Amino acid sequence: MKTCGARPGGPSLDGVDLSKQTVIQGQILRDGSSDSVPNGTAVANGHVRLLDASGEFTAEVPTNAEGQFRFFASPGTWTLVVQAPGARVEKRVIAERGKANDVVITL
Amino acid sequence: MSREKALVTADWVAENINNPHVVIVEVDEDTTLYAQGHIQNAITFNWREDLQDGLRRDIISKEGFEALLSKSGIANDTTVILYGGNNNWFAAYAYWYFKLYGHQDVRLLDGGRKRWELDARPFVTDVPSRTATRYVAQDQDLSLRAFRDEVIAAIGVKNIVDVRSPAEFSGELAAPAHLPQEGGQVKGHVPSAKNIPWSKAANEDGTFKSQDELKDIYTGAGVDLAKDTIAYCRIGERSAFSWFVLHELLEVKNVKNYDGSWTEYGSLVGVPVELGA
Repeated sequence: MKTCGARPGGPSLDGVDLSKQTVIQGQILRDGSSDSVPNGTAVANGHVRLLDASGEFTAEVPTNAEGQFRFFASPGTWTLVVQAPGARVEKRVIAERGKANDVVITL
Repeated sequence: MSREKALVTADWVAENINNPHVVIVEVDEDTTLYAQGHIQNAITFNWREDLQDGLRRDIISKEGFEALLSKSGIANDTTVILYGGNNNWFAAYAYWYFKLYGHQDVRLLDGGRKRWELDARPFVTDVPSRTATRYVAQDQDLSLRAFRDEVIAAIGVKNIVDVRSPAEFSGELAAPAHLPQEGGQVKGHVPSAKNIPWSKAANEDGTFKSQDELKDIYTGAGVDLAKDTIAYCRIGERSAFSWFVLHELLEVKNVKNYDGSWTEYGSLVGVPVELGA
């Protein structure tokens, strides 16, 4: 997956037609105040689950080396569940077509 | 009994990494994962290059399977441990091949790559070299594999279990949500199919639920386990996971994986299709 440099967030959208795809993506970072790693370190060994509005599992991806992930979904309300060694965080996302629904989640 | 024969824990794998009778094989949907890091001494199968026919749309032949296992240093009496990402989807798909071609001792690492990672167990990048064998496979056990005409004939007669996500079953999505929503086939599902997503069988850490929980998932959804069952998904790998649950863990008889799955059925001319939940 191509990445997008210093700006926190999901992978590059080059080649993704946002008029046809509803993209939910983002980046998982460590909160340095809660452990020994520097603030903002990418979580490369994380897993992100996408749950639909009823809480049903829809998909799961591992994060890449930059802690990034991407789903192709449909417009509506979704929940992201992030898991990494010693951490679990949920985040609700309201996805729209035509824009990158980009979230940064700190563990 | 069956659960112990079909599954191993991460601790068991850690203790058997150097066991000469054990070969650990990683099979991922994302075929770049192995090179980034894998369990020590594990080899990998590439599900596109190693497990598909390459010319026709079909799984590798008996001869192809023999060649793959022979060059991988797997013998007929080897204990094969399969694991992978995505809750073992493609590891379960490979497991189905091993059973289809008659391998005796094959097991899944419960929880797969995810459980290993969440435990913060080590990965290495060294690729082991293995001495080639002369593997002899059996003819395909077609009691484990369904073809399209059998699926059409099963509508309203046998259990048909669609293990995709509810959004794919209803026709909202054409593919799992981590993949681009492409594909020429129509959306929807096989009439009379029950939507029991594969994910219901897995805990959040990727391990399988308990035997009682697994049974309740299917019987609670109205599946009569005394009847023959066909499982399908989009390309046959998630349904191999559910086939594993039904046939290998719950020991339900007469369960077949329809590996043609929705990419085939949804492209057939003139077959019935349903939309909605």
